[in-house]
Amino acid sequence: VTSLVPLAVVASSLLASLVIFLLPERAVRLRTTLNLAAAVVKLGLVGLLLLAARRGEYLETRLPLLPDGTPLLLQADPLSLLFVALSSVLWLLTTVYAIGYLEDSPHRSRFFGFFGLCVSATVGVALAGNLPTFVVFYELLTLSTYPLVVHRGTAAARSAGRIYLGYTLAGGAVLLVAAVGLHDLTGPRSFARGGYLGAYAADHAVRLRLLFAALVVGLGVKAALVPLHTWLPRAMVAPAPVSALLHAVAVVKAGAFGIVRVVYEVYGVGTAHALGLLSPLAALAAVTIVYGSLRALGQDDLKRRLAFSTVSQVSYIVLGVAIFGPLASTAALVHLVHQGLMKITLFFCAGNLAETLGVHRIGEMDGCGRRMPWTMAAFTIGALGMIGVPPIAGFVSKWYLARGALAAGEDWVIAVLAASSLLNAAYFLPVLHRSWFLPPAGPWPAESPIPSSDARPSLLWPSLITAAAALLAGLLAASPGSPLDWARLVALREYGR
Amino acid sequence: VDAGALLPLSVATPLLGAVLALRRTPRAARRVGLIASVATTATGIAAAAAVWRSGTFEHAVGGWSAPLGITLVADPLAGLMLGMTSLVGLAVSAYAADYFGDDESVRLFWALWLALWASLAALFLSADLFNVYVALELATLAAVGLVALARGDAVVAAFRYLLWALVGSLLFLAGVALLYAASGVLSFEALAGALAPAPATRIGAALLLAGVAVKGALFPLHVWLPPAHAGAPAPVSAALSALLVKAGFYLVLRLGAGALAPLDPSAALEAMGWLGAGAVVWGSALALVQLRLKLLVAYSTVAQLGYLYLALALGTPAAGVQLALSHAFAKAAMFLAAGTLLRGLGHDRIEGLAGAARRMPVTLFAFGLAGVSVLGLPPSGGFVGKWLLLQSALAAGHWAFAAVAVAGGLLAAGYVFRVLAPCFAPSSVERDPVRVGELVALGLAAASIALGFSAPSLLGPLLAGSPP
Repeated sequence: VTSLVPLAVVASSLLASLVIFLLPERAVRLRTTLNLAAAVVKLGLVGLLLLAARRGEYLETRLPLLPDGTPLLLQADPLSLLFVALSSVLWLLTTVYAIGYLEDSPHRSRFFGFFGLCVSATVGVALAGNLPTFVVFYELLTLSTYPLVVHRGTAAARSAGRIYLGYTLAGGAVLLVAAVGLHDLTGPRSFARGGYLGAYAADHAVRLRLLFAALVVGLGVKAALVPLHTWLPRAMVAPAPVSALLHAVAVVKAGAFGIVRVVYEVYGVGTAHALGLLSPLAALAAVTIVYGSLRALGQDDLKRRLAFSTVSQVSYIVLGVAIFGPLASTAALVHLVHQGLMKITLFFCAGNLAETLGVHRIGEMDGCGRRMPWTMAAFTIGALGMIGVPPIAGFVSKWYLARGALAAGEDWVIAVLAASSLLNAAYFLPVLHRSWFLPPAGPWPAESPIPSSDARPSLLWPSLITAAAALLAGLLAASPGSPLDWARLVALREYGR
Repeated sequence: VDAGALLPLSVATPLLGAVLALRRTPRAARRVGLIASVATTATGIAAAAAVWRSGTFEHAVGGWSAPLGITLVADPLAGLMLGMTSLVGLAVSAYAADYFGDDESVRLFWALWLALWASLAALFLSADLFNVYVALELATLAAVGLVALARGDAVVAAFRYLLWALVGSLLFLAGVALLYAASGVLSFEALAGALAPAPATRIGAALLLAGVAVKGALFPLHVWLPPAHAGAPAPVSAALSALLVKAGFYLVLRLGAGALAPLDPSAALEAMGWLGAGAVVWGSALALVQLRLKLLVAYSTVAQLGYLYLALALGTPAAGVQLALSHAFAKAAMFLAAGTLLRGLGHDRIEGLAGAARRMPVTLFAFGLAGVSVLGLPPSGGFVGKWLLLQSALAAGHWAFAAVAVAGGLLAAGYVFRVLAPCFAPSSVERDPVRVGELVALGLAAASIALGFSAPSLLGPLLAGSPP
């Protein structure tokens, strides 16, 4: 059904950020109002999309793009809505967090301008209804996140930015070639459940395999698949809210979501299976899961440990995609949401520690549970969830992934899951132990001069809300409207049931 | 009013303005120049809109039709080029009004710039080889004069430009002479019917294309371009890089598919495509190592022109036109932004740009936005052009051209971010007041982005109509 609402979802943050660019630094109140208003408006518009989808109407906007009639297509189908809802909710929370985090720091108009652009690009990636549109927003995401990564302007930040750009632009170029190659083969096509390449599989098997490899490389850079992941830990120099956004909703998730789209709605999971594309993808994901966890063990810097944890956790999504069968697909889709909730909590908490106590390294975290109990409670929920402790959201993801693997006869996946969970425990539990059970080693590295029992409310509340959401998503997984329920619905659609 | 009358008006209006601008004080020259620019843009856009609405039309000047008189033809291709010239030209005029002070060179600038504008309009509307030759000559001479306005080193660059341009003119004229001797006609339409493959006509066509390649700065005949475009005053750089060098691409496209079609120029076009590939690689590589911003932008032009010839070799004029239009707006924005930086900082050394983003954020934003189009990243006109180019390269199995197109984008990222990255360095400089010229550059950059959504409607008539 044609409607302007999908366009408005993208445009709300885009327009706000264009105005914010023009605002002088000192217009704090106006900027804050605009930021929050845009986030709330976007949430309302996403609500409209959801209501329409409940009625069975998938709203779409078409704009002219290519002369052969291919439109810039924004489409609110169940799969896009899953990602759009996640990103617009987390954007609101991250905006609140960022406003608190960047109080009194320079260049805030520039920061929030690009912040809004980044969200527009993410929502565009989610709503993209065909491959050209997806490429447009995927590249826009690269452009709008670069200024956020280099925001601090230090030599380290600019060097990280250069590496980030190098990886993502090269990945984008590979993705472009692959997208053009598919477009040339099929002509203008929209994403379709069950995929649209089934008819070509017999005659163009080699070409489709090559193009799939190129697509996975192009998307794998952002999804941080090993060995294309090295930009991610370096990008940790960015301010905490940027890291939170990058890891939970924007960049990394856009790559993983792209792989979901390509497997389910371009190739079609059956076609991908028949072409033998899923097993190599599963192997790549498994290697990434184990390697990321191993590297996380060796990091003393808290944010770097979290970054390697992201490398590992995002590949659960890819692994779920790469196992044939609705159970594994459900696991992949639900982890898209669950990983976002848990990881954003962890990054918020890392930011709280850095802002309030100046704690950046794990070695400095002794006793911080008693010093900042709320923050560390949220952190604990996120960390236990990542390990897969029930009833937190991460448990549900792993449970479904394991069931899906067994159903598909891929028993080796259980070993990967077990190894990864052990490693998760090995790099998260010592952190929890230190912060709850060890006494502080001495004065905090750089304690905020304002006396407080925990982080500022604008930092603390977003952390608590996302932690609660991660807990509830697991506790209420069986109830209608939960992320799991939704993911199951999308997965069944893709298998034509 | 008869739409046909718009065609001679598009040429006569700037010409009249050029004459009037010479006779006044600097202040009055600027006023005359601005009024003439607005009027020229209005007629040009009206003519382009008339083509877009109702298709190709022509006008015999003074009622004398060919072969005795001059016939001006506006088809979809000419309409697009005229529209591009009108909009970019207006922006250049608006910027120049703010850029030049009240010294004596102002009168000369307006006279030469309006003469250049008139010649470009005449070139795009001409339908025979001799008129094209005259228009191209006038445009080149005006351009040489405009470059020399900057004095100093620019005079040397202008002189070098003049010598190269003369070589180009001689080649072109020799080609025209050979073709005329063989066929006895000059109009494109008649040539397309009269030319037959023979050594004389082949040599004539080759000379013609070689002359065009020199004027169009096709690698390796581009060596005159970087010093001339970098040395000229900013609005001149913008006009030359955005508009004048497109004349080469335009003529190859028009002649290759029209007048020279009976000679089957595909081998020549393929060769030009390889030179274009060389331009992309060489121009981008040199842009990467420049120390001065304006030279970087000028080498970027060399590289970007290469894409246009790739499109011609692949037989996809739509991609070439889309890239030409996008580059016109983006490159004009970049040169104007570079001019503002040069003015504001007193230099354009790239290593000294830190803090510029604090002082002139609008200008840097315009540069970045135009850079997006030059990189071929979405959403922008350059992205759509690159998509079309890549699609035809892959469809033709021309892997080398596809690889060059992709690699050129990555190299472009290298030189654009070389300029932008230092802007994020911390600095405590205050913001300068925003100038008109900065907004002009921003408008051009925004247009190069907007072209990313215009392709279906703008290129539609071009794709639907008969070959140009």
